[in-house]
Amino acid sequence: MGVEFIYPEFEVVRNYDRCIACRVCERQCANEVHFYSEERGVMISDEAKCVDCQRCVSLCPTRALKIVKSDSTLRENANWQNDTIKEIYKQANSGGVLLSSMGNPKPLPVYWDKILINASQVTNPPIDPLREPMETQVFLGKKPSRIERGKDGKIKCELPPQIALSLPVMFSAMSYGSISYNAHASLARAATELGILYNTGEGGLHEDFYKYGKNTVVQVASGRFGVHEDYLNAGAAIEIKMGQGAKPGIGGHLPGAKIVGDVSRTRMIPERSDAISPAPHHDIYSIEDLRQLVFSLKEATQYKKPVIVKVAAVHNIAAIASGIARSGADVIAIDGFRGGTGAAPTRIRDNVGIPVELALAAVDKRLRDEGIRGNVSLVVGGSIRSAADVIKAVALGADACYVATAALLALGCHLCRTCQSGKCNWGIATQRPDLVKRLNPDIGSARLVNLMTAWRHEIMEIMGGMGINSIEALRGNRLMLRGVGLNEKELEILGISHAGE
Amino acid sequence: MIIQGKGLSYRDINDKLRTADKEITVRGCLGQRFICAGMSDVSVTLEGVPGNALGAYLNGAGITVNGNAQDAVGDTMNDGRIVIRGSVGDAVGYAMRGGSIYVKGDAGYRAGIHMKAYKDKIPVMVIGGKAGSFLGEYQAGGVIVVLGLGTSGRKIVGNFPCTGMHGGKLILRSDCRDIAFPDQVTARPATDQEKNEIDRYVSEYCRLFGGNKEEMMDHPFTVVTPDSKNPYKQLYVAN
Repeated sequence: MGVEFIYPEFEVVRNYDRCIACRVCERQCANEVHFYSEERGVMISDEAKCVDCQRCVSLCPTRALKIVKSDSTLRENANWQNDTIKEIYKQANSGGVLLSSMGNPKPLPVYWDKILINASQVTNPPIDPLREPMETQVFLGKKPSRIERGKDGKIKCELPPQIALSLPVMFSAMSYGSISYNAHASLARAATELGILYNTGEGGLHEDFYKYGKNTVVQVASGRFGVHEDYLNAGAAIEIKMGQGAKPGIGGHLPGAKIVGDVSRTRMIPERSDAISPAPHHDIYSIEDLRQLVFSLKEATQYKKPVIVKVAAVHNIAAIASGIARSGADVIAIDGFRGGTGAAPTRIRDNVGIPVELALAAVDKRLRDEGIRGNVSLVVGGSIRSAADVIKAVALGADACYVATAALLALGCHLCRTCQSGKCNWGIATQRPDLVKRLNPDIGSARLVNLMTAWRHEIMEIMGGMGINSIEALRGNRLMLRGVGLNEKELEILGISHAGE
Repeated sequence: MIIQGKGLSYRDINDKLRTADKEITVRGCLGQRFICAGMSDVSVTLEGVPGNALGAYLNGAGITVNGNAQDAVGDTMNDGRIVIRGSVGDAVGYAMRGGSIYVKGDAGYRAGIHMKAYKDKIPVMVIGGKAGSFLGEYQAGGVIVVLGLGTSGRKIVGNFPCTGMHGGKLILRSDCRDIAFPDQVTARPATDQEKNEIDRYVSEYCRLFGGNKEEMMDHPFTVVTPDSKNPYKQLYVAN
């Protein structure tokens, strides 16, 4: 108390006319906000522990609870806002680096929301997706730049390995450790049912999930956790993680407290030992070094798996992507600065990197200008929130999108942004068995399938509106996009005209 | 079986290794990368100089190089044995989790970084000569031994060894008075029990490469271990 006191961010509002003191809220809250007072015979709350995850609100049988933002007010001004002041207090109290979860919350431009999509009128009729066939399938991997014929004059049909996706979306990397077994089970099963891929992240692949290998991207990060021969051969593709949009330029650090039981086994490191992924791969200091890792992975898997190189969207992304496209990689994944994370230093998350919309447009243009666009497929993430974002990304040049936060929301995440505590009441970002079991993979996978099925319908409907019946015909088709409220430079980088032009 | 490596690409060599006998000699290696990548049940002798990433993701195979090797030997190796009858380049044994690497001569920069151990998998890397800077950076498990043979009194390890080390141990055949270690590790003379362990590694080294074991053991040994498995615990405050 005293100088260290920070007023709680949320208030628990309990309607005592409705509360029957059934203590569901108490049992549901891993943060121990709610408790029963024997003395007074009522439920009481300690709102200082509340993270606004809405678990108690959602499960209260009499709808007696709501959580509201506290209106206790610091004397803010335009320069010193509430969060800015409280962050100073937290650091003065602890001496610690601020650690946050999920994507950048700052009011920086979301270019998706400033881009509008075209539709056909009169001269070029729209297509009705309910009546006519629509193709949303995409293939990721190197595409030959010209037709080659054998000595017998026949066209050579062998292609480098390709990933087939029923729609241009994949679930992006979230490690087992940062999220739970049941969350991984839900993602793996949904990806299999949908004909798309999910991604192990850098925490290895649990033995139970090898059977979903055809729909799995296995990741190789600087810590190389859980990476071995069987793992590399288990997936449909291998992703080298060079960077992450939420924390470009820094490594990962899963605290020892979360390295328990299965997580330890899957990462193949001892229990309670920190899992540190260094910021760089210490064997990669150049595109030539990257090429070496790409080809060592291809060699170990006998050229059967496409290799994805994932990088964060940063200032020189076009030049970086140009290098990666020459490294032998089959796919480049670009993660924008709004991408989510289980934990990242606040300052990095909120201040480092660039929007993926601009990065994508710049990379696609650069690769086309250099005549190497066919060397690689482009996948973008961070953050793709809807079918409209997917359409806009494809029209800007993406082959597919990575989706993670939206997938977690489908599983029950309420974006309370305290993943780093390991006390996720929705059973997602936790390893506590009593919490993990709250996420039922049957329900979780069904909800993910629902979400993606809905997106697929929306994608088809928007495509139909444009008079396009194949997603391949939309890729890089920037004529289908117009900007609103963007300046000339932004339009130039995005390669689109302003609305009305 | 003997393969003439001259003029063959690494793909050719690996294809032959995958399909040929269990005992193979490759003559005339000249810079072919990725030899034996991910392989599990062959025993390969290489003559000449194999290229980078020799034995990457090695999964139980045995490799002997009658000469020097280049960078990234045994990258993310899971099991098996690599014996180098010469020196190795940079980043040998990066993130190796199991098996052993014996190097007769020197190792370059960043040897054994991010080496880990898991259950019965305790990787061992023995370097006969000296090791470059950043030895055992981020080491999370396993054993790295540097014997410093032939260094004639000079430092047997470069700068910044053990930065970020949080598991395993580093054994140096030196009193280490001339070597600076970071704060989060403890360097101390080897105990008698550890001497027994060291004796095993040195015996194996002498068996492979020759040398006088008694002479090698009659020398101060320093053992470096991390103070904590969680070196970065106090650094953060939830926001």
